[in-house]
Amino acid sequence: MNLLSPEEIVESFKSSLGKDLVDSTIYRQEIASKANLFTSISIVVNREAFRDAINHICKLQEDPHFIVISSSDRGDNVELIYHMSIYYGLHLKEISLLLTVMLPKTDLRIPTITDILPGTIFAERETQEMMGVEVTGIPDNRRLFLPDDFPAGVYPWRNDEAGLKPEMTRVLPGRQGMKHE
Amino acid sequence: MSEVLTKTSFTIPVGPIHPAVHEPVRLDLTIDGEEILDVDIIAGQVHRGIEWLGMNRNNAIQSIYLAERICGICSASHPFSFVQACERAANIEVPKRAEYIRTIVAEIERIHSHLLWAGVAAHEIGFDSVFYLVWRVREEIMDLTEYITGHRNTKAMYMIGGVRRDIVEEQFPRIRQSLDYYRSIFCQLKTVFLDDRTIKLRTRNVGILTKENALKYSVAGPTVRASGVPKDVRQDQAYGAYADLDIKAITPDIVTGTVVGDVYDRIIVRLLEVKQSIDIIDRCLEDMPAGEITSEPKLVKLLSTLKKAEGEGVGRCEAPRGECFHYVRMNAGEETLANWKVRAPTYANLMPIPSMLKGGQIADVPISFASIDPCISCTNRAIVVDISNGRKFSLENEDLHKLSIMKTRRLEENLVS
Repeated sequence: MNLLSPEEIVESFKSSLGKDLVDSTIYRQEIASKANLFTSISIVVNREAFRDAINHICKLQEDPHFIVISSSDRGDNVELIYHMSIYYGLHLKEISLLLTVMLPKTDLRIPTITDILPGTIFAERETQEMMGVEVTGIPDNRRLFLPDDFPAGVYPWRNDEAGLKPEMTRVLPGRQGMKHE
Repeated sequence: MSEVLTKTSFTIPVGPIHPAVHEPVRLDLTIDGEEILDVDIIAGQVHRGIEWLGMNRNNAIQSIYLAERICGICSASHPFSFVQACERAANIEVPKRAEYIRTIVAEIERIHSHLLWAGVAAHEIGFDSVFYLVWRVREEIMDLTEYITGHRNTKAMYMIGGVRRDIVEEQFPRIRQSLDYYRSIFCQLKTVFLDDRTIKLRTRNVGILTKENALKYSVAGPTVRASGVPKDVRQDQAYGAYADLDIKAITPDIVTGTVVGDVYDRIIVRLLEVKQSIDIIDRCLEDMPAGEITSEPKLVKLLSTLKKAEGEGVGRCEAPRGECFHYVRMNAGEETLANWKVRAPTYANLMPIPSMLKGGQIADVPISFASIDPCISCTNRAIVVDISNGRKFSLENEDLHKLSIMKTRRLEENLVS
């Protein structure tokens, strides 16, 4: 395996994705006495190039480590971050990758990547039920954590009208209610 | 499988709760006689919406203690990852001494967790004398945890920007006394777990996770290392005092020369990691730099810094079960976190379970499932469908446990005769 520097990794994304690479940031932090570096790279891509970006990561390391998908309600958009890492198994060489895709709330769809990385199935199921993003082509469409009698069309991580209704939460005495009421 | 199981039968997970585990999960097994043909995992019975609380109710400092309560065992790993994520999001520095104290607490947790697991594993195969032995041995590390943190399990040591309590020179002898104790009994533990006939009978070639499947499902922790992948966050990425130490991921071929990827290999990995943790704590005590233990001791000031912060950060650490990951985003002017995502190691380690159980026997389910050290680790309600007659029945944990004990006795008798 040919180890690239963080700058070279960003360059490789640029040449592979072209205009579909929206933004990239490299983060470095010195850790403890020997000041070894913690490195993470944030890559923002268009939805059209999302699967290409995943395939490109698989070229950097054959079996990239997939961690989880985090999703945020950013007003008119939903932001999905695919947390991954490459170059594991080598002393202090691992680099965290945050692959970000913005989806407009008018069209909340993202293609599945379970055919490339089967370990993403739980995260994709969780993103569907918690954020209301439709993962197209997902092999297992069931909920992961939410019970079957949880109302359809309510997504706990959303801050808009599709989020949790105030009557669904219990506010303890002396506490404030929800932030986004 | 799922369409024949109506949800109404399983709204609340009932059935006996295992003394050592604290969260229910359902495994649906499809069997033909004794052989397992297919497995389906149904999780979520104890989803508590902790991330939601961090995003809607608590401020960042309150969320440290909430993170600590995600898991009853990993009460150091979750806050460790969480404070790292917050520090990166808010650009807060950590004093070097604090990194060492964080590492010592995390390694103490690993020793206690691995010993706890070893006891549970022995119990699952019906070898209760080893269960009692290991849990007695584990008391020493619980006492040490209480000595350092003031509590046997809920440690409350981690703070954004450092730690809450110092470990001073006067405490070193007491810590070394515990380390010496574990060094002195390590050979005994090794003999019990690696040379014992009964343990070998029930764990060799059982619950095999191939290297290919381990990589495919991004498995973490001792489970992936036992399949021969040298993946360990302490080795791979700089965090805590591990960045200063030369950590090497432990794989079973160190002892046996080969990798099988079975339950026995997972025992080897966890056992050797206890030894590794002892050495790491020793090194941390020797090399601990002098200085402050937190970059901002005044909590009100820290809270106002966090409120003004704008940014995102990830925190990773190697929990006893594998990589524990937290992602945090902070928006300026908001007291709560804008986003908080937690991924505990069992989240990843549950996915390869079907491939590990398929082709095995029902009596091997308790030990195979326990061998990933699941945090939702009770097979307390498994539905069994016997396809030869289409009959459905459910096995509760006690029945499974009995089957497992019967298998151990049967194997032993066969060996004697």
